[in-house]
Amino acid sequence: MTGPSMPLAAVDPVAQGDHRLKEPPGPPPQQKGHRTQHDEADGGEDQKAGEGVGGRGHSVTRVMSDYNFAYLDEQTKRMIRRALLKALAVPGYQVPFASREMPMPYGWGTGGVQVTAACLVPEDRLKVIDQGADDTTNAVSIRRFFERTAGVATTGHTEAATLIQTRHRIPETPLTEGQILVYQVPIPEPLRFLEPRETETRKMHELEEYGLMYVKLYEDIARHGEIATAYAYPVKVAGRYVMDPSPIPKFDNPKLGGCAAIQLFGAGREARIYALPPWTEVVSLDFEDHPFVASKADHSCALCGAGNSYLDEVITDDRGSRMFVCSDTDFCAGRQAAGKAGSEGPKEGA
Amino acid sequence: MMGAADLNIPVRMKEQPLLSVRDLGKRYGQRIGCRGVSFDLYPGEVLGIVGESGSGKSTLLSCLAGQQRPDEGRILFDGTDVLALSEAARRRLLRGDWAYVHQNPRDGLRMGVSAGGNVGERLMAVGARNYGVIRETAIDWLGRVEIAAERIDDRPSAFSGGMQQRLQIARNLVTGPRLVFMDEPTGGLDVSVQARLLDLLRGLVRDLGLSAIIVTHDLAVVRLLADRLMVMKSGHVVETGLTDQVLDDPQHGYTQLLVSSVLQV
Ligand SMILES: Nc1ncnc2c1ncn2[C@@H]1O[C@H](COP(=O)(O)OP(=O)(O)OP(=O)(O)O)[C@@H](O)[C@H]1O
Ligand SMILES: [Mg+2]
Repeated sequence: MTGPSMPLAAVDPVAQGDHRLKEPPGPPPQQKGHRTQHDEADGGEDQKAGEGVGGRGHSVTRVMSDYNFAYLDEQTKRMIRRALLKALAVPGYQVPFASREMPMPYGWGTGGVQVTAACLVPEDRLKVIDQGADDTTNAVSIRRFFERTAGVATTGHTEAATLIQTRHRIPETPLTEGQILVYQVPIPEPLRFLEPRETETRKMHELEEYGLMYVKLYEDIARHGEIATAYAYPVKVAGRYVMDPSPIPKFDNPKLGGCAAIQLFGAGREARIYALPPWTEVVSLDFEDHPFVASKADHSCALCGAGNSYLDEVITDDRGSRMFVCSDTDFCAGRQAAGKAGSEGPKEGA
Repeated sequence: MMGAADLNIPVRMKEQPLLSVRDLGKRYGQRIGCRGVSFDLYPGEVLGIVGESGSGKSTLLSCLAGQQRPDEGRILFDGTDVLALSEAARRRLLRGDWAYVHQNPRDGLRMGVSAGGNVGERLMAVGARNYGVIRETAIDWLGRVEIAAERIDDRPSAFSGGMQQRLQIARNLVTGPRLVFMDEPTGGLDVSVQARLLDLLRGLVRDLGLSAIIVTHDLAVVRLLADRLMVMKSGHVVETGLTDQVLDDPQHGYTQLLVSSVLQV
């Protein structure tokens, strides 16, 4: 890796203070009070008392002082915020930005991480999910990254989060105004599948030539008898741009439109940012005689009994027993805590 | 054969030309691509452009079809100044009223998309949103270019060169374009395959009343397909007239050479 050495190795305890506010987050006008780079030669042994940002039951919350607040320097964050504002002004349009090396490999959500870094303020409460779960390696390491570089509070609760970074899912719990949902995007260009030339796809977007997108759906039906695209199902945004919603299941597509939260999409390797402002109209593409269907496994959750949530099929023992459970672990846990229950134990597989 | 063309002329002259070209010129640096080209194409007419290699045929065709911008001249399509169109309008023309058949079918097909998807693309580009209708139309057009309906889900890479070229033709004609540009549509094919493709093209031209401009250096192609002929040399048009007249009684020395060299083959 050519980037900076893993910053997570060197941890400086720094008091972040308990100045959490009730204000909704958003791009802050200034970065007063944020940590700036130290240049002491002593390797960053800190003088201030380590206090942690605790009080929420999270383990370590040590903030590193060798790096700027949320890792990226202010210059870079300003550049990303400019791209974000442009993206919000032109919903669904892919805005190029100068993507930076992040201390994690591409494919780990460097685009989403940069967008999150540019949006975070100290008052934020961050949730990170991967395939709906808060406890996967990817989610844990991104959450820890921001705990250490920004000292922000973190949470697993969708309702409690002010900023949610996600890979592959939209939370089941409806988002609210003031929340920001940041998506990790591997391939931002929905037309890439059939037209590899970037100059041509840009021209197609510019001139609203989206016939090719339907060729992709046509090929799907011709081959599988139905539109088999189950993830990254293309949508048209505000009647104008066709957009790749990142590899969320098409079950989540209806949540993209008319959403109260700000939705931001970051593609690190491809250096593109796009966005959906709150309450944007989002339509999944389809044919008259093959309408879009937001499908899911035809079961209810074995743990919480939910019949309207997206389900993962999990194998429960080495004899091949399996069950369907909510992919959104927070949603599922919340229902169970409220006394809802499913068929409980594992069912025998077929 | 000649009589029919003769009779048609006076009638056509009263109509508005579909394509009207004046003093068209294109340079590549100091080198002349084509220069001072003027002609009118009437609805239902097929114009052949012949000339030796490097005479400017492809340059002229690509300027006419909006793939290159000429340095000088005017092009009116159905009364509209094509060179003054916005890029959006020009591209709309290219996927609607116009069609372009490339010499190499790989340049005109999407090799990673099924035959049906290739034929359906132009339909979807102009707003078709019913899968069943798109598929029916694709099957119909595959039939017209003699490709079995059961090949509809195969990719063109599984097709022979002749089939690929026929598929390209179907893909281009499916939206009923008013003007078709073809650059060496039979080039690169075996002689027997060429003959079959020519037959097919002649049938389509006749049945659909196509207006077309066909570039070739094969005089057999123009003899079979073109009502009128334009002979080019060094970027200039040196002779023009009804196909049979030009071929049977060439006036310009260069045309005489061209015709005789073919007869010697
Ligand atoms: N892209 C280019 N750059 C520079 N010169 C070019 C270019 N394309 C064509 N020319 C020149 O313009 C002249 C006309 O070429 P053009 O390709 O139009 O001829 P052609 O009649 O189509 O030949 P052929 O029968 O070999 O296809 C030639 O002298 C050629 O070398
Ligand atoms: Mg040529």
